[in-house]
Amino acid sequence: MSTGAAIRVGTDVVAVHQVADSVARFGTRYLQRVYTEHEISSCTGSPPVRAAGLAARFAAKEATIKVLRPVGHQPDWRSVEVRRDPRGWCTMALSGHAAALADQAGIADLAVSLTHEGDVAAAVVVALCRSGTDSAERSGMPAVPVHIGGAA
Amino acid sequence: MDEMIRTILAEYGHLPVDMAKIRDGDDLYQAGMTSHASVNVMLALEDEFDVEFPEAMLRKSTFESVAAIRVALSELTGS
Repeated sequence: MSTGAAIRVGTDVVAVHQVADSVARFGTRYLQRVYTEHEISSCTGSPPVRAAGLAARFAAKEATIKVLRPVGHQPDWRSVEVRRDPRGWCTMALSGHAAALADQAGIADLAVSLTHEGDVAAAVVVALCRSGTDSAERSGMPAVPVHIGGAA
Repeated sequence: MDEMIRTILAEYGHLPVDMAKIRDGDDLYQAGMTSHASVNVMLALEDEFDVEFPEAMLRKSTFESVAAIRVALSELTGS
């Protein structure tokens, strides 16, 4: 099925050592204010490896918030969650205020890509907005045909 | 209070400029503070002033300037 839609893109980079410093300085309080239990349990291994995973997830949260474009009230960091699929990739799951913002924006789907190398972790988030929504009409981007659920 | 706010911002804000050059009303995000740094600033403020920022105060605007942080802390501490 082909439909007119708009896309939004968000990206962010995070210095891995700053996340490692936060874990060392604030410990569990930092982890529990920012990350969900699933995210914390997804980031295992040595401290540098764990910090890289956490940093990439923080970048994904910030990239998603850029896509959501909140005005005023910022979504709770934990309401923007990176879910690790057992098959090897990651997806985004929203709850609470973040989910409400996505609904208001007509966001039908989110895709995320995480990466890290050395001291840099980064994420890109792409949102597909339903046609006919304010997002699609006000995105400033031309509507593009998108195939949903079909092979490229 | 202001001196401690500035000390915390200098340590955790990762600003690329000297805090002495930041005026009370200057936008800290415009000055280079990242979202991740603002989380650290928030946690350090909580430690120092023995408060907890509720979700309703987790707005970018809460931490956007020395003056804004002062207002938020005054609200939380009742001072």
